[in-house]
Amino acid sequence: MFDIIKRFGASTIEYVRKMGVMGLFLLKAVLFMMIPPLKFGRFLKQIRFIGLQSVVVILLTGAFSGMVLGFQGFYSLSRFGSDAFLGPMVGLALIKELGPVISALMVTGRAGSAIAAEIGIMRMSEQIDALELMGLNPYRYLVVPNFLAAMISLPLLTAIFDVVGIFGGYLIGGKLLGVGAGTYFGEMAAYVEMEDIMEGIYKSFSFGLIIAWVCCFKGYYAGAFSGFGSEGVSRATTQAVVLSSVLILVWDYFMTSILF
Amino acid sequence: MIQIESLYKSFDGNEVFRGISLEIPKGLILALIGRSGCGKSVLLKHVAGLIKPERGRVVVEGKEMGTARGRALRALRGRLGFLFQGGALFDSMNLFENVSFPLREKTRLSHQLIQARVLRELENVGLSGSEYKYPSQISGGMVKRAALARALVGDPEIMLFDEPTTGLDPVTGQSIIELIDSCHQRLHFTGIIVTHEISRVSPIVDRIAMLHEGVIWAEGTPSEFFASQDPVVRGFLGDAAKDMS
Ligand SMILES: Nc1ncnc2c1ncn2[C@@H]1O[C@H](COP(=O)(O)OP(=O)(O)OP(=O)(O)O)[C@@H](O)[C@H]1O
Ligand SMILES: [Mg+2]
Repeated sequence: MFDIIKRFGASTIEYVRKMGVMGLFLLKAVLFMMIPPLKFGRFLKQIRFIGLQSVVVILLTGAFSGMVLGFQGFYSLSRFGSDAFLGPMVGLALIKELGPVISALMVTGRAGSAIAAEIGIMRMSEQIDALELMGLNPYRYLVVPNFLAAMISLPLLTAIFDVVGIFGGYLIGGKLLGVGAGTYFGEMAAYVEMEDIMEGIYKSFSFGLIIAWVCCFKGYYAGAFSGFGSEGVSRATTQAVVLSSVLILVWDYFMTSILF
Repeated sequence: MIQIESLYKSFDGNEVFRGISLEIPKGLILALIGRSGCGKSVLLKHVAGLIKPERGRVVVEGKEMGTARGRALRALRGRLGFLFQGGALFDSMNLFENVSFPLREKTRLSHQLIQARVLRELENVGLSGSEYKYPSQISGGMVKRAALARALVGDPEIMLFDEPTTGLDPVTGQSIIELIDSCHQRLHFTGIIVTHEISRVSPIVDRIAMLHEGVIWAEGTPSEFFASQDPVVRGFLGDAAKDMS
């Protein structure tokens, strides 16, 4: 009995300690992001990896999300005879929620897992130690470029997602089911405010931060927190994807309910 | 100058060091020997500040490694070269990029100077012709030699070698030892060489220390060492001692 309490206490302390380390990691990353110099080459490379190379996935998922919204929206709205509001419905759903969230989840799966694995392998094979021993700061080389790249790429990817999605919705609702371009886009322009668009941008910006934070952290502490060797790296990668996906959805809820 | 004062360290109950004290005067090289798993690599990592002591101190060039932080620690490490047992080359860079990395990142040397320097360094370890290969495309011994070139390229004042000759054939091993010696003559670095081939390494070192059961079991000049009557030392040196005497 006493033993159980002891073990529970120990694991709680361990858990809190890990959270503390994770918080410090974020603090350090943000600090080194503010203080130049920035490793520009690595930053561009990560922009290319996180941003540019995600565009195809974002185009595909954006188009299909918009199209399915067109269908579902049309059938639901036409029951109440208000199918003229298909445009604003699709637009608002995409811009405020689906665009940021789905883009973030896709980027987590595509780039976040790769970031965690890359940094994790560098940790396991002592490459991070080697960087430190050269008197260089590993945060600058491995962490900061990912943070900046994710925070810049994600809003842009989300914007692409939104535009493609809105056209997907138009293709189905407007063309196929006959709402009409004028109604679809006209009503959308009337009901979607700048505020809604900013909400989406803020959200995707913070999701970028979450992805970079969680994935870099999980990789960076691969040996210590997730076990050793290739199994440790695979566990770190899995944890990175799961934790950032969960955090994205939870944070999305809080942002929606509290800030807007 | 490297000073280690009553160092204690254990990993989850496994006591690796039980009071290690060791001093390496400036400009001298110490060979560190001991059984596999006795903590030689861990000791080098303490000296480099990668692992923090539990008790005791590690002082390098007058600065305590366990408590140095941030910029001071990085400045100290900039003067230090470390050859990892596993090489620890950056696996997404080719050998040329690996060896030139410290120069590109830390000095303002021109591109041509860096190129000449790196090519010479790679030639010294017998790797000319493989400059543009990636670490996963070359053999283990070549990884070791490239890592050695990378450790030496910054003209370090302190060099820590973790088994520089393990996994190399006798001829290449000998040439690596000669390379370390000639670098030492040029740079006069303070060094620690962890090795299992003591008879091969002893001509270029000033002192030998043996790590056993968590303490420095024996320490002395090579000739003292090979004349030692201590059963543990004799048992460990085995054939090497016979060769020498
Ligand atoms: N990060 C770590 N976590 C837990 N235990 C460790 C860690 N690093 C080393 N050890 C333990 O410390 C001991 C010494 O390891 P070390 O790598 O220093 O041995 P070594 O003397 O270098 O051996 P070898 O000659 O085989 O390289 C081993 O028993 C090892 O299990
Ligand atoms: Mg070792």
